Amino acid sequence: MTERLEEIALQKTPSGIEGLDGITFGGLPTGRPTLVVGNAGSGKTMMAMEFLVRGATEYEEPGVFVAFEETPKDLARNFASRGWNLQQLQDEGKLAIDYIYIERSEIEETGEYDLEGLFIRLGHSIDKIGAKRVVLDTIEVLFSGLSNQAILRAELRRLFRWLKEKGVTAIVTGERGDTSLTRYGLEEYVADCVIMLDHRVVNQIGTRRMRILKYRGSHHGTNEYPFVIEDTGMTIMPITSIGLIHTAGTERVSSGIPALDEMLGGKGFYRGSSILISGTAGTGKTSIAAAVVSSACGRGENCLYFAFEESPSQIMRNMRSIGIDLAKCAKKGTLTFHANRPTQFGLETHLANMLKLIRDGKPAIVVVDPISNLISAGQESEVKAMLARLVDFMKGHAVTAIFTNLVGGEIYEAEREAGISSLMDTWISVRNMESNGERTRGMYVLKSRGMAHSNQVREFVLSDKGIQLLDVYVGPGGIVTGTARKMQEANDRELALARKQEMESRRREIDRKRALLQARIEAMQAEFEAEEEIAKRAIAQEEARDVTATVERIQMAGGKQPDREKEARHRI
Amino acid sequence: MSTQLSGQEQDSRDVWILRLYVAGQTPKSVAAFGNLKRICEEHLAGQYRIEVIDLLVSPQLAEGDQIIAVPTLVRQLPEPVKKIIGDLSNTERVLVGLDIRPA
Repeated sequence: MTERLEEIALQKTPSGIEGLDGITFGGLPTGRPTLVVGNAGSGKTMMAMEFLVRGATEYEEPGVFVAFEETPKDLARNFASRGWNLQQLQDEGKLAIDYIYIERSEIEETGEYDLEGLFIRLGHSIDKIGAKRVVLDTIEVLFSGLSNQAILRAELRRLFRWLKEKGVTAIVTGERGDTSLTRYGLEEYVADCVIMLDHRVVNQIGTRRMRILKYRGSHHGTNEYPFVIEDTGMTIMPITSIGLIHTAGTERVSSGIPALDEMLGGKGFYRGSSILISGTAGTGKTSIAAAVVSSACGRGENCLYFAFEESPSQIMRNMRSIGIDLAKCAKKGTLTFHANRPTQFGLETHLANMLKLIRDGKPAIVVVDPISNLISAGQESEVKAMLARLVDFMKGHAVTAIFTNLVGGEIYEAEREAGISSLMDTWISVRNMESNGERTRGMYVLKSRGMAHSNQVREFVLSDKGIQLLDVYVGPGGIVTGTARKMQEANDRELALARKQEMESRRREIDRKRALLQARIEAMQAEFEAEEEIAKRAIAQEEARDVTATVERIQMAGGKQPDREKEARHRI
Repeated sequence: MSTQLSGQEQDSRDVWILRLYVAGQTPKSVAAFGNLKRICEEHLAGQYRIEVIDLLVSPQLAEGDQIIAVPTLVRQLPEPVKKIIGDLSNTERVLVGLDIRPA
């Protein structure tokens, strides 16, 4: 009674299966059996075996595999392709495979019996290697092998009770039934945790899904989770459980096209943002994506290119023609291509593969070219859901994602992309502009969250020098492109020349006038100086005359002593 | 493991080797052994051999004959191997199962 809550709470055993421990919040219930239900080929045996192998190799929990259907030899062969050496695990005492063979025609039943033999065998195997995990695959074979259902059901009840007493964490597999969950009603006995596996085929494309029907004493993800079975095992995508919690960085990534960077607030995209490049056929979507990849490779960043339309070599050849050398990047190892036909598998499988590659490759840039092709692999609503999860995942991993989208026409464009574009941070639209009997490419930034972006439509040109964005020319009837733009440019040049010439001549006129003025000033100056000279001279004469007159007046006034005056003059 | 031989042994090719798997001295296993002994005495007198294997003592032997239910009677010889599970209370079915009497 004094036990603490966390001590009595349900313990969980990590399955080691990628993603499963996430949606079960820790794993399968420790010491209890879990029922795994599914149709033939839904991956039950795979999941059960992975549970044991992961337990043996990663959690030091040996396991017993009781096979009712396949011989140990078959099992070893089947799982060798996964890189699991069952024989070696058996030799190391980490795994025991007990093959139970029941053939009704070889068995006669007479009177009372019980399944103590099975208990003893299982108990012996468990004790021999100290097993913590047990798989019964699939115990339903007993129902077809033995006819006394009453005994069988009583014994199964006892078996599961006994497994709990043993404290082993068990997986019991069962075939999907038509009316009940399992064909023989195993869910009656194993009621703690039930996982359903499903392999559905829609439009000839198969997708594997998993759902946790119940999990006593624990909360769990309730959605259907897609999963894939690959070379390395099973991967479950708990994608819908990802929340909007990614942190938004402020680091910028160049688009590799300086003019485009300029349009995007001068610095390019945000790292970890998602970019949609949409446009009609042949507008250069792939080229823009390739430019981004090429510049990222130049910076030594890893890039992952999912090609759904063209083969890698075709993309590389085409990009070489506009001066973007992707082959070099691929050779250097910074660029990895993954080319698949969209119809090769279902959307979920595509998604699972992509997420795995992104997780393993840790790229800085991911290109999905084009997403429109994926629509052929699923319903449109599914595509949107898938992209949402892909975008979320990449944001969570700070991967800059570039999606190209082929759109049919302009009316159609807004409609289809309404769903997709809301997921995107930056939306660049490229389109053909037809006028004056020619077609040119135009590009504009429809939106770009969190930055001041250009609102102009820019003409862009693909040449062997790469992608160039030309300056905008706005004529009377809108923007001018192509030949019209060249004419406009020529006109402008002429006008400019004329203006320049006029200015020159004005400047010369002014110079001339200035020279004239100068000359005039000098002449006037000279005239003035001459007049001044004359005036000065006249003044001097007048002054001289004044002095003489004065002297004469004095002399006349003192006329008595003229000789003295003469003498004084003499002395001087 | 306890082995019990019948009275006088005959040629080995005519000897029936019957192996009875049990798990401890349960009423079912006691009944099975009793029934088997009786049937053999009635129908195979002098040409049978019964081996009783207690799986509680030697659990590793369960795998060889693919035993899951107890009691299980395995006819080792003559071939082919035949299996009868249960306490052998239905004599008719035991005889059919062992091919002593055609079905």
